Amino acid sequence: MIEQVAEPLQQQGFAKVVLELEVNNHPGVMSHICNLFARRAFNVEGILCMPMSDTSRSRIWLLVFEDQRLEQMVLQVEKLVDVLSVRRHGAEHEVFERLEKYFH
Amino acid sequence: MMQMTGAELIVRLLERQGIRTIAGIPGGAILPLYDALSGSDIIRHVLARHEQGAGFMAQGMARVSGRPEVCFASSGPGATNLVTAIADARLDSIPMVAITGQVPLSMIGTDAFQEVDIYGMTVPITKHNFLVRSATELLEVIPQAFRIAMSGRPGPVLIDVPKDVQNQLVSFEAYPEPAVPDPVPALDMVAIETAAKMIDEAERPVLYLGGGVVHSGASRLAVTLAEQAGLPTTMTLMALGTMPVDHPLSIGMLGMHAARYTNFVLEESDLLICVGARFDDRAIGKAAQFCPNAQIIHIDIDPAELHKIKTAHVAINGDVATVLAALLPRVKQSLRKRWLSHVDSLKSRFPMVMPGRDDPRAHYGLVHAVAAALDDEAVIATDVGQHQMWVAQAYPFRRPRQWLTSGGLGTMGFGVPAAIGAALSEPDRTVVCFTGDGSFKMNIQELATLAEEGLNVKIVLMNNNSLGLVYQQQNLFYGKRVFASKYRGEPDFVKIAEGFGIAAVDLDSSPNPRATLAQALQSRGPCLIHASISREEFVYPMVPPGAANTEMIGG
Repeated sequence: MIEQVAEPLQQQGFAKVVLELEVNNHPGVMSHICNLFARRAFNVEGILCMPMSDTSRSRIWLLVFEDQRLEQMVLQVEKLVDVLSVRRHGAEHEVFERLEKYFH
Repeated sequence: MMQMTGAELIVRLLERQGIRTIAGIPGGAILPLYDALSGSDIIRHVLARHEQGAGFMAQGMARVSGRPEVCFASSGPGATNLVTAIADARLDSIPMVAITGQVPLSMIGTDAFQEVDIYGMTVPITKHNFLVRSATELLEVIPQAFRIAMSGRPGPVLIDVPKDVQNQLVSFEAYPEPAVPDPVPALDMVAIETAAKMIDEAERPVLYLGGGVVHSGASRLAVTLAEQAGLPTTMTLMALGTMPVDHPLSIGMLGMHAARYTNFVLEESDLLICVGARFDDRAIGKAAQFCPNAQIIHIDIDPAELHKIKTAHVAINGDVATVLAALLPRVKQSLRKRWLSHVDSLKSRFPMVMPGRDDPRAHYGLVHAVAAALDDEAVIATDVGQHQMWVAQAYPFRRPRQWLTSGGLGTMGFGVPAAIGAALSEPDRTVVCFTGDGSFKMNIQELATLAEEGLNVKIVLMNNNSLGLVYQQQNLFYGKRVFASKYRGEPDFVKIAEGFGIAAVDLDSSPNPRATLAQALQSRGPCLIHASISREEFVYPMVPPGAANTEMIGG
């Protein structure tokens, strides 16, 4: 008898989404967020993090695939105590595009 | 202006938070905190024999009181030993604050003696965690930890406090206010109206109650809803006791070890009202085939639970008690005679079968005999395994917080320390811990704590000298290839208990086991009640792991 195990999803066919997170700026926040994605084998294509002008907060940009688990992912991210807000943008958002030249 | 060390500040803040008992074990990195605790006239410390035991004692206190409770452990192995109890609290949504000592700040990251990254390790198993980097932070972190543990869906919080932070002096004007829970989410009246309409229009509705009903203190409201709308009501393992099991509308526990009729009733339902439950795989079996014809109303405080496993037709994010209170006046009175008489006929055709229920030496009979000797004031804890399922099936639970069991994580070794915690919190109740020989040995060292505290805990040991559920699964699903599930040695548990200074009776050799049992349960203080159970007694019915709930074996 085999228990149900979720197959890792092929994400390549999906559209990309940019998530903009506002978080408390302290060591440990990144590990809380990355853990959620890693545990679910939800591939994070790109990640950017900088302190905001109010240095008690940081902004994190995530580039992810819009597969059917994204809704649940966002809900889980929103539950994190240090995550203050989550906004979704389409793949056309320029934040990652402008960085591409550093990755060639 | 007040001035004190970080350690003293922690103790004062815990006192102000209403903490009266802390379970823990000291060690090098938490000694400043223990030194400060020794000066408290308000908080009593219970010395566990293993940090996991301390964690489960805190859980036991929290499970009977509903308030966050505290455990202490030192750095390194002390902290890692807490991990299982923290993960268990996370999966069962139990409010708890674990405080660990850590090596001094300057030594973090140097592989110092007894250093582990307990902050990093507990990221995925806590609701939130803190590594405190200055004593001033404690003024904020301690109340925050309690607020987080008790707000919304409850859960465990860990605070890691380096030794030098415990010793650091901190000056401040005034203590922060003790934490209170966050306000509950605003009511979604549109969704509630829709839900009421769906309940009124349904022909074969079923109410499905989960642990959230216990946490929210909503059992009375849930029973009222069931009575008002004529809803047959099933409960998850975590929700047992929210509706008295002998209530005419109760159809008992659902899922892997439900009575056949319960799973058949769910199969036929056209509306499932899920309240504070999370469609766990042990409860619903194969998700795609669970309640195939039912629309779903899902009420939960945790928005991430809505649509997680099953897409709800109406999803209501809110505190269960608040939502039910708003729903009740909008739901019509209904006798629902046709559906309820059909439920009754399913119940009489496919009832829960309990062989040996009148024999106190048989597994179901023993559970019944214990229940017959006690009233509803008793607290019933279990370990994990066959005995746990037999108790869940057979014990007449009639009130919330009567039943303490490790549901989500299924931790063997939970029972004895959780029972100790329950007795610490409510010393006037009789606390019974049903256990199996496999589970019992996983935290047997806590018998020393139990003897020392002299608590009114009765351990009913159902001994089949094996890992019974493993043995059962190997027999049923692995071609009877029994491997690593039968013990070759046979410890003398009566002697072991006596060696710890705990009275013990053996039902095997008793000429009148029912009388021996009743006497042991009624005399005050700790006692081990030993009973041998045949290894060939299995938990039935059983849904094979991964199968649909209607594909039950046995029973």
